[in-house]
Amino acid sequence: MTILAKAIRGSPAYRWWMAALAAAIVSGVVLWVRQWNQGLVLTGMSRDVAWGLYVGQFTFFVGVAASAVTVVLPYYLHAWKAFHRVVILGELLAIASIVVSLLFIVVDMGRPDRLLNVLLYPSPSSLMFWDMLALTGYLALNAMLARAALAAEIDGAPPAAWTRAIMLISIPWAVSIHTVTAFLYAGLAGRPFWLTAVMAPRFLASAFAAGPALLILLCRAFRYDAGEEALRKLRLVMTCAMTANVFLALMEVFTVFYSGIPEHAAHYSPWTWLSGGFAAVALAMALGRSRYAPAAVFASLLIDKGVVLIPAGFIPSPAGAMTPYIPTAVELGIVLAIWSVGALLVTVLFRIAIAAREAEAGGRAARPELTFPRRITMDKV
Amino acid sequence: MSERAIIAASLALFLAGASFPFWRNAAGPPRPLDLRLPQGHRECVAPIAYMRTSHGDLLEDWRDRVVRSGQHVFTAPDGSVREMSLVRTCLDCHEKAGFCDRCHQYVAVAPDCWSCHVDPRSPR
Amino acid sequence: MKITRKAFLALLAAATRAFGRPRPRRMAMAIDLAKCWKDRGCTRCAQACHAAHNVPRIPDPRREIKWIWKERFENAFGEESAGPAVAGAPVPLLCNHCEHPPCVKVCPTGATWKRESDGLVMMDEHRCIGCRYCMAACPYGSRSFNWSDPRPFLRAIDPAYPTRARGVVEKCTFCSERLARGAQPACVEVCPPKAMVFGDAADPSSAVAQLLRARYSFRRKPGLGAGPNVFYLL
Repeated sequence: MTILAKAIRGSPAYRWWMAALAAAIVSGVVLWVRQWNQGLVLTGMSRDVAWGLYVGQFTFFVGVAASAVTVVLPYYLHAWKAFHRVVILGELLAIASIVVSLLFIVVDMGRPDRLLNVLLYPSPSSLMFWDMLALTGYLALNAMLARAALAAEIDGAPPAAWTRAIMLISIPWAVSIHTVTAFLYAGLAGRPFWLTAVMAPRFLASAFAAGPALLILLCRAFRYDAGEEALRKLRLVMTCAMTANVFLALMEVFTVFYSGIPEHAAHYSPWTWLSGGFAAVALAMALGRSRYAPAAVFASLLIDKGVVLIPAGFIPSPAGAMTPYIPTAVELGIVLAIWSVGALLVTVLFRIAIAAREAEAGGRAARPELTFPRRITMDKV
Repeated sequence: MSERAIIAASLALFLAGASFPFWRNAAGPPRPLDLRLPQGHRECVAPIAYMRTSHGDLLEDWRDRVVRSGQHVFTAPDGSVREMSLVRTCLDCHEKAGFCDRCHQYVAVAPDCWSCHVDPRSPR
Repeated sequence: MKITRKAFLALLAAATRAFGRPRPRRMAMAIDLAKCWKDRGCTRCAQACHAAHNVPRIPDPRREIKWIWKERFENAFGEESAGPAVAGAPVPLLCNHCEHPPCVKVCPTGATWKRESDGLVMMDEHRCIGCRYCMAACPYGSRSFNWSDPRPFLRAIDPAYPTRARGVVEKCTFCSERLARGAQPACVEVCPPKAMVFGDAADPSSAVAQLLRARYSFRRKPGLGAGPNVFYLL
């Protein structure tokens, strides 16, 4: 069966899934065309809360994309052979996540037809300019890497040597995309909720928790055996990163409430506390090795970073106004559609990768490690 | 119908549709372009031949000069000092509805100027 | 050493550009609150500005567009700043045309920039992509976004000034088009008690410079370092 056919054919359940995704995507396009014609008035954003779900979800999925480094780095640089069955999935997830986050930016812009202005009139003092370069560069890197790795699997040969250079570049690049995204918010003197040095470390920690959590969930969903050791290590990365994230969040809480500056404390609304509480519960589940920990970690971070963080920076406004932000149905429909695009990409790409891996494993079950670029190791293979 | 017949028919239909502009224009002249020219003014701010091809570039140049460089005036070919303004200079002579819109509709372009800039003859 | 006439003139022109430029101005505004508070309900500045610039009147306060407006003293300067004498008093707020504008720093396309000749923070709605990063960066909430087409909300359109379209950000421009004609900003001209004084703060002989030397003045959130150029006098 050709690879493309593999992506389209499958069980009835699979076809229902693809049909549902297609329906969500089509309705999202319709909603976005309405938003394009009538303006962002169709969302719940306002003069006081200028950014909402779109920018929040963008932030979250940049983090998921950056988290590919948590599997790439240990495998290639530290010879964690246990990850050999998930590295390709991590790279493919990064591709889908970057596409999703770029889509969230496009739907948030008032004039997406002028998108190229960011490149035509470069503004080096603007973090958004650097973020655009970093994200598109990361997409290109991962696309090249994943394509080479997939082609190598299908052919049953090791990938070309140049992929190792790309892979090495992608490691610091992954860290930089999420640092730059954190800098978007952490450099704004007028937004005390975001003006904190722990923004970038927290972003990285929460990303490195959400990414592995999602990888674990996807392996379960695809009934893909990543290997007991790989799953254990993924859970370990998720738990450690989540611990760091919650710890840093508690540090922020101390700084804000011990210093007692009213303007800073005013940004902590019931929603902030709720999502923080959920994160703490998820951490407890991860530490307790609950089977539901990955889902809880992912969901809590999706809410904390993807829903609460951005509006919380705007409430209260510089004039002290507590303008509520309530996403509209149009907004939610577009968010769902973009999630569906990501789900579609993940479904198709993962099926291709898993099929290639299984076909390859049938022929060369003994030495699966050879299908990846040789990594720096002192041990014998 | 045989496969060949379907393919041949579809191909013929497609070629007919794709070549429509050519044989439609060969059949006769297109509808005339009827522009209401400004009365009494024979010279535009630049030679007419240039304006026909490049008035978009001129307006973009004016826009950048006025908005970004703070320059407001220029010297027209006839020596007069004019303001670089779509509304106050161009639309001083030309009518948007009778001149600008007619040609734009004829060649099927929709410039974005009018969503912000206001035609003084019909402010709404 | 011989120098051609052409080269000499080029050298002279370059030198004039480097040294012969007029000193850049620093436009600033001083608002005398005591005069403004003689009529606390007055909104003539906002009416004049919004009429002159085709600013739409949008009923939903969440999507309103305002270039100049009034806020309670505590909201303008912070809850903890207001003593009993000024609590609740309305203060006119507008774009501060800062010395180090955070909005200019973050704009990814250069659609907003600080003009060198007079310090105005300019807005190019042709280039704006509507990302609203400038709105996030402004510590003063001075910027508004066109959440929808503004034209339906304009009762009367003044053809002398463009409107804006949906999807771009707008703000007070210190009436750059009026300054180009040598006039004063609309709000300054119309203010009945003449509470607003506008001019070149870098010129020691200007009215605003003299006023700022003679009287105590304060600004919004000065500690953030943005360097606002709207001063308030009491």
